[in-house]
Amino acid sequence: MANATTSHYPAATVEQSLETHTLSVIVDNEPGVLARVIGLFSGRGYNIDSLTVSETEHDRHLSRITIVTTGTPMVIDQIKNQLDRLVPVHRVVDMTVTGPSIQRELALVKVRGAGEPRVEALRLADAFRARVVDAGTESFVFEITGAGDKIESFINLMLPLGLVEVSRTGIVAIARGADGM
Amino acid sequence: MAKTTKQASQPAPANSIELTGAEMVIRALADQDVEHIFGYPGGAVLPIYDALFQQEKVRHVLVRHEQGAVHAAEGYARSTGKVGCVLVTSGPGATNAVTGLADALMDSIPVVCITGQVPTHLIGNDAFQECDTVGITRPCTKHNYLVKSIEDLPRVLHEAFHIASSGRPGPVVIDIPKDIQFATGEYFKPNDPVAHQGYRPRLKGDPGRIKQAVEMMAQAKRPVFYTGGGVINSGPAASALLRDLVKATGFPITSTLMGLGAYPAADPQWLGMLGMHGTYEANWAMHDCDLMICIGARFDDRITGRIDAFAPHSRKIHIDIDPSSINKNVNVDLPIIGDCAHVIEEMLRGWQALSPKPDRAALEPWWKQIAAWRARKSLAYRPSDEIIKPQYAIERLYELTKDRDTYITTEVGQHQMWAAQFYHFQDPNRWMTSGGLGTMGYGLPAAVGVQLAHPKSLVIDIAGEASVQMTMQEMSTAAQYRLPIKIFILNNQYMGMVRQWQELLHGGRYSESYSEALPDFVKLAEAYHGHGIRCEKPGDLDAAIREMIDTPKPVIFDCIVDPTENCFPMIPSGRAHNEMILGDAAETLSDAIGEEGKVLV
Repeated sequence: MANATTSHYPAATVEQSLETHTLSVIVDNEPGVLARVIGLFSGRGYNIDSLTVSETEHDRHLSRITIVTTGTPMVIDQIKNQLDRLVPVHRVVDMTVTGPSIQRELALVKVRGAGEPRVEALRLADAFRARVVDAGTESFVFEITGAGDKIESFINLMLPLGLVEVSRTGIVAIARGADGM
Repeated sequence: MAKTTKQASQPAPANSIELTGAEMVIRALADQDVEHIFGYPGGAVLPIYDALFQQEKVRHVLVRHEQGAVHAAEGYARSTGKVGCVLVTSGPGATNAVTGLADALMDSIPVVCITGQVPTHLIGNDAFQECDTVGITRPCTKHNYLVKSIEDLPRVLHEAFHIASSGRPGPVVIDIPKDIQFATGEYFKPNDPVAHQGYRPRLKGDPGRIKQAVEMMAQAKRPVFYTGGGVINSGPAASALLRDLVKATGFPITSTLMGLGAYPAADPQWLGMLGMHGTYEANWAMHDCDLMICIGARFDDRITGRIDAFAPHSRKIHIDIDPSSINKNVNVDLPIIGDCAHVIEEMLRGWQALSPKPDRAALEPWWKQIAAWRARKSLAYRPSDEIIKPQYAIERLYELTKDRDTYITTEVGQHQMWAAQFYHFQDPNRWMTSGGLGTMGYGLPAAVGVQLAHPKSLVIDIAGEASVQMTMQEMSTAAQYRLPIKIFILNNQYMGMVRQWQELLHGGRYSESYSEALPDFVKLAEAYHGHGIRCEKPGDLDAAIREMIDTPKPVIFDCIVDPTENCFPMIPSGRAHNEMILGDAAETLSDAIGEEGKVLV
């Protein structure tokens, strides 16, 4: 980050700490809408830590995008305002500030091995409530859901036991309680 | 993702008729009260040109380059407040329009640009003159559409006008494949108002915040209004209300480059333009104020200078229709989201209802201080009898045209800043300049657009000899439509602003900023069926300007000016408002900017 005495750019003013926020964005499900959102982030230099998207209301052609992003509070506010400015964007809700929310991710984890490591992998999978969705004599594919850090630690544990590859969905989020966004 | 055809399943409205896509385009333009469209034909828009040929409501203006079409539409839009329209073909037609679209986005100018596209079944096949127009124009438009179904076309056409002209205005592209232009479908007239779920700009400001703003204003001892292009975009009512509010409060007012004319420059409360080349009094007033009332401006880096030294002792009110402008560069104390005219009207009402009335005498020390800054005469320059000083040329141009119905456009560079400093605007929509993007070559085509909208007015492009050559071909357009635009070139043989920065920052090594072999502009004017005038002596200037004004056809005026003149005052990049360089301190130029300032733009 630039030194405050040498730059007149916004970054120089006040050192703000970085925060991670989860945004839920309701958009028209139309061609190019994802490109608009991603282009906004890359064009203005914002971070994308995780992004998921799928149609959620078929009749109204609406999709829900969940974005996890990191930035200073000023940048997070900018991101929300800039997203709201896109014409196909209906609503932007910051799940991190609106109240308690549930955040989940799904991962498919492939592990190869035999003997003791194979047994150990199964035992750990059970402890993490991961399901076996494919099994062979030399390998397993586990399906695990949970918060990002749970999946992170499961993968770390699988690493020495013969981890082959991982596929993750990215984070989806929803607010707790009776009200919708 | 699934494609949407929202209208497809709905019954056709009662006023609908069967038309081809191409006919729909022209019919929609007519229904949107478009009188002129700027364009250039090509393979992928031939059906639309054919529909254009068979009607007389919409008049097409043939430009010489698609960039010129968009700038002309911008000039048209800015001088009338209407949406400017453009029609270009696919591929190179669309890519040539990109500069103009980016320009319109940065300056918030309402433009609807219709581009042809290869037939839908060829999209993605690298067909002849195919490009990903919506992909390329996505970051340089407010919104864009690729119309893949004839059922969507009428809705998209009307929605585009609504989006371009409402809220914070901007350019909208509609990309129409050739097969959709041939297809037939139901056309319907625009609904009023256009309902769009995701797009609802907020016009009215929050009453509680407006009340709070008025209270802050009543307590201020050193207030200043800082206004911008948003006031112009909001319409003539906003400028009229702004004048009333400034009069009622007795506060000083300054404006950005984009906002010139919203407040009359002849008024004693006017401080002149602020920012990098703003006046001493405007920048000092901004630096020392205790309350800044920003209306329709966006704290651009050309305005703020060094951000941590920007108006350090002030509270700030920011009125803007675009929430993303709030707290983008500068944190403000009281943001008000809303249209300038609406908010100013409410502020004025609140101010007039104040009881007891604010004490005007409390502002006296502030005005005394401003008078002392004014006495510094920051726009002074050394006059000459030998050579025309560019500042003098603009001063004379102003004196000789101020009583006429005049519109001014500019290119980008030193001449643009001198025009902003020395041409005094009294009314909105009279000043067309590329502020945000800084597009050299903007002024000539913009003048074409302005003159078309105001055939009887005097339209002058204050130009530099480098900028104007970027779109010089539009002289041919001016000739074709008998548009008597005046190109007033301050010819210093350099890219003046580049030369100035090289003098300031790079030890006077004028790398590639001198134009060898300039054209003979007088002969060039004649080649374009216009009239050429050259003036080299200050004593001849008035007569030459009068000759230009009195010539009833396009004129290129080659005004030979001092090639070494620099544009002052100047706040070097990375410096604060109170660290400006003035013209009479010019000997210390090479030391003016430190190493750290040199990396800034």
